[in-house]
Amino acid sequence: MTDPIAGRSGGPSLRQRRQRAAFWFLAPMLFALLCVAAWPLARTIWFSLTNTTLSNLYGGEWIGFDNYLSMRTLSSGRVVWRGTLVDPAWWNAVWNTVRFSLISVGFETVLGLIVALVLNAEFKGRALVRAAILIPWAIPTIVSAKMWAWMLNDQFGILNDILLRLGLIGEKIAWTASTETAMTAVLIVDIWKTTPFMALLILAGLQMVPRDIYEAARIDGIHPVKVFFRVTLPLIKPALMVAVIFRMLDALRIFDLIYVLTPNSSATKTMSVISRENMIDFDKFAYGAAQSTLLFAIIAVFVSAYIWLGRVDLGGEGSK
Amino acid sequence: MTRHKLLKRIGFYALVAVIVVFSVFPFYYAVVTSFASGTALFRVNYLPSGFDLRNYQAVLGSKNFLYSIGNSLIIATLTVGLSLFLGVTASYALARVRFRGRGLLLMTILAVSMFPQIAVLAGLFELVRFLGIFNTHWAMILSYTIFTLPFTVWVLTTFMRDLPVEIEEAAIVDGASPWIIITRVFLPLLWPAMVTTGLLAFIGAWNEFLFALTFTSTESMRTVPVAIGLLSGASEQEIPWGPIMAASVIVTVPLIVLVLIFQRKIVAGLTAGGVKG
Repeated sequence: MTDPIAGRSGGPSLRQRRQRAAFWFLAPMLFALLCVAAWPLARTIWFSLTNTTLSNLYGGEWIGFDNYLSMRTLSSGRVVWRGTLVDPAWWNAVWNTVRFSLISVGFETVLGLIVALVLNAEFKGRALVRAAILIPWAIPTIVSAKMWAWMLNDQFGILNDILLRLGLIGEKIAWTASTETAMTAVLIVDIWKTTPFMALLILAGLQMVPRDIYEAARIDGIHPVKVFFRVTLPLIKPALMVAVIFRMLDALRIFDLIYVLTPNSSATKTMSVISRENMIDFDKFAYGAAQSTLLFAIIAVFVSAYIWLGRVDLGGEGSK
Repeated sequence: MTRHKLLKRIGFYALVAVIVVFSVFPFYYAVVTSFASGTALFRVNYLPSGFDLRNYQAVLGSKNFLYSIGNSLIIATLTVGLSLFLGVTASYALARVRFRGRGLLLMTILAVSMFPQIAVLAGLFELVRFLGIFNTHWAMILSYTIFTLPFTVWVLTTFMRDLPVEIEEAAIVDGASPWIIITRVFLPLLWPAMVTTGLLAFIGAWNEFLFALTFTSTESMRTVPVAIGLLSGASEQEIPWGPIMAASVIVTVPLIVLVLIFQRKIVAGLTAGGVKG
């Protein structure tokens, strides 16, 4: 390798040398990902099969799938099922997560599409609008949770004040505290915070639609709504599919917003929240690990199905 | 017809106004609240009611909050530096060298960036304890690479893939090694992309909550989101809303300024992360 002449005659070819260099360039990055992703994930799964506790991380014993599901027959002959899979609190969290994800991503897609269409039009002050919608995106989630918690405050919140003045509600609503409205509160904040991201991704797709298509449609006198559904939507579908899956993955693992906005409300507790609670706060480390493993499995299945069914081109290489 | 057009125009601008107000109002209201104190805090004010700096004094007078800002700055900067260093060489290999399994590797990296962070929490907790870095900056720097590194690699790879072949060919003909090609040929061209990814990774690290909450135990080690998230009074009635809003404004204004300055770059970086072609 160090001898330049050897390299020229009979040594490794340029292609081989480049591939060898590529390996060494990739190695540190792969090692880092191995340390922070693959190994911890494997350990989490292993912990989920033991009875490890937070105070004694290395004292766990192998208990198989008991954290997930176990059956015990009592001396009276009664059969008792235990584990996460028969834990109503877990299923409540699953249901909350799914409900939250579907509703928030649904709203974000529609609103994001509207905002993207507005930004794709040419008008005065477009740059200003684009700057404005970047603000919710730039604000840290925790900060937006606190800002909204204040706005949604039952006694002094501005939202109740506005709604009362408009006559839309008869009395002040305890948005974050009441079980009926807690989920709505979380949804409002999440939609506010992440619609800009959706809009920007869709806008990027919209800008790739050639302008002359609209021109042609206009000359032919086709109604804009029809143009949107027949031309624009099919053309931006790939971008839309990618945007939806990115948001969906984010929504399924939501933690911070709920932890800060509606702590301890069973109406909004999601899979991530309940897993961490068991792991760290309740000293049921292995039990929480089992729940987070399940969340990982659910997300993996969901992503595979989505990519497979929707033929999503995540790498953007198919069109090249 | 013209009347119809006028109505349409008005409708359009009304929609624009709704979008802008909805986006900006919560932050505006936080600013208004942060300058109010005493009883003014508990009246709903749509317009600024005064200019009281007491909330800011309370926040900036607290040592722990200043520590938090310092912690967040150190952690985010080091995380970004580490990710960019590992990311540039890796993305060169992924974007410019053909080898078997490249597509699969790229998909794996993308998959890691979509990991639910809770799934690695237990394993990372053990690792952090094992390395003896619990409640230090390193716990966060290590764990944040799980989302900043894949993202950096992914975006830099898409940027690098679009650069023309010719620039590299000339260097290869001259006998330059891959390392020389990266540092002398690509790095100067990559600066804009690195600024974008660095900034996005910085924002990601600055905003992270779950790991920072779990891997710190003392108030002086908290990062900004944890400090703000756990800022509370003795009871439900005593939540210090004024100082919370002041703290929120302090940590958000620099971010908003950065985002507005680098608007175009950020939008390009965000969309390169997913939508391409």
